[in-house]
Amino acid sequence: MKIIVAIKQVPERDAQIRINAAGKWIEESGLQYALNESDAYALEEALRLKEKHGGEVVVLTAGPERVGATIREALAKGADRGLHIDCADLTQRDALGVARLLAAAVKPENPDLILTGLQSDDLGQGQTGVILAELLGLPHSSLILHVDKTETGFTVKRELEEGWFQLIELPAPAVLTIQSGGNKLRYATLMGIKRAKTKEVRAVPASELAADSSPVAVLERVSLPQKQKSTQMLSGSPKEAAAALVEKLKFEARVL
Amino acid sequence: MSGIWVVIEDRDGRVSRGSWEAVTAGQKLAALSGQSTNAAVLGAQTESLAAEVAAKALAKIVRIEHPLLAAYTADGFTLALQQLIAAEKPDYVIFPHTYQVRDYAPKLAARFGQVLIGDVTAIADGPLFTRQLMQGRLNGSYRHSGNGPCFVSVQAGAFRAAEAQPGAAAVSLFSPTIEPAQIRTRPSERFRDAAQTVDLGSAQLIVGVGRGIKDAANLPLVQELATALGAELGASRPICDNGWLPMERQIGSSGQTIAPRLYLALGISGAIQHLVGIKGSQCVVAVNKDPGAPIFEAADYGIAGDLMEVVPALTEAVKAARQ
Repeated sequence: MKIIVAIKQVPERDAQIRINAAGKWIEESGLQYALNESDAYALEEALRLKEKHGGEVVVLTAGPERVGATIREALAKGADRGLHIDCADLTQRDALGVARLLAAAVKPENPDLILTGLQSDDLGQGQTGVILAELLGLPHSSLILHVDKTETGFTVKRELEEGWFQLIELPAPAVLTIQSGGNKLRYATLMGIKRAKTKEVRAVPASELAADSSPVAVLERVSLPQKQKSTQMLSGSPKEAAAALVEKLKFEARVL
Repeated sequence: MSGIWVVIEDRDGRVSRGSWEAVTAGQKLAALSGQSTNAAVLGAQTESLAAEVAAKALAKIVRIEHPLLAAYTADGFTLALQQLIAAEKPDYVIFPHTYQVRDYAPKLAARFGQVLIGDVTAIADGPLFTRQLMQGRLNGSYRHSGNGPCFVSVQAGAFRAAEAQPGAAAVSLFSPTIEPAQIRTRPSERFRDAAQTVDLGSAQLIVGVGRGIKDAANLPLVQELATALGAELGASRPICDNGWLPMERQIGSSGQTIAPRLYLALGISGAIQHLVGIKGSQCVVAVNKDPGAPIFEAADYGIAGDLMEVVPALTEAVKAARQ
């Protein structure tokens, strides 16, 4: 089984985010980046499927040169090779623009299964996988926690709201967007990191894949959210802050 | 092209709360753009759902009915709405931002060469649509620039269901053409994994723990505080994803919705999926080492500090106050 996992490099969870001078995006200089969390779960599911059924896991990503580090991380965890869509203007493309790039790169690979995380931790749109399926003419399902291979396709466990689930059968090839928490994530081993250095990563310029990069949904401005509540911050040592809080909860909010 | 269309979703056969909120958003957009607001209901039998929606100030209600729409599938819903949109040529199509909408609305929009502006929290003149970026730490203002309908989904709670204006709308039937072979996925009935034994929904005091706890070995710290308070223990998604606490203790859109007198969020950054689940809390306290964490936006009281230090101090202070 050939599985393509579309992954994204995003600012690290604890990174200090600043708005850039133009007010249209974040300041990228000095930022630390990491593999998007639900993409890590998509990769994990792909690696488990390969261990069970054999085949190949190809990681695919789009972005500037720095995303190469995230591809290497995925290779170190066990992916077989990487595809890097070299694209300096990723943040100026909308979900359809990005999905067009990915679709053009996926097509010649003819995979049996395409996995991606359900959403990115930076833009949080949760659309790329679904649009990718539409562009490739493939069936899809989203918010998937578990994938079983069947004779003709897959049976997947889909998360619904409020603790409900559903099983979905779909034929191969298919696109699935993976929810976090379905598996325990593996760490890269030293051997894996060593091996990753010799694995193939092919770079494809974005200009060779999809010409149209003008967005339909245009991000005009980025701003800090306004506070909805006036939060009373309690300062001092942990002991002082704790004592002040209990006092407030008892006599001001009267909830204790 | 004209008009605003709201796509209604049902919950157990009734119009969902999120759908009323989407109607309010549609009416707000109508006031900004001087257009009429309409609604579509989908299913195999939609009469009662349409009757419910028809009591609002809407121009038209369309019942999109087909036997193949009995159970939700992305293929079926996309085909059905594609045909209605082709016939009505709306300027805007508004959805509640639910798991179901996330599953098919991006596909539907792409079919028209458009992009869903999803999880919108506010609509301003322009129109400009606000949605959250960077896990709620920033807002982004989006403008639609395509030659086609603008697809928008609105975040749960961002618009008020009660503000949907009452009225009387005309109802008509729309029969889309769908072939069985066009539906490629086969969904099962929904199920729950195990009988839920923890009912966070009715708990009055809840202590929630998040990533800031760093290691499962540190959980007793939080448990001790919960015990001192007589509170139930809950968690944000990553804690349950890691298996540190059972899934039934998860608070948020994929877990339980809570409405306690007091909610203490410890080491929880406040992703929107979590904030949606705690909206009903009377008093929210946040402890987080990052003073810029979005959880503070939702908190009445906050302590910016390391929870390893703050939580034991809090446990002592609670014990002292209870003596």
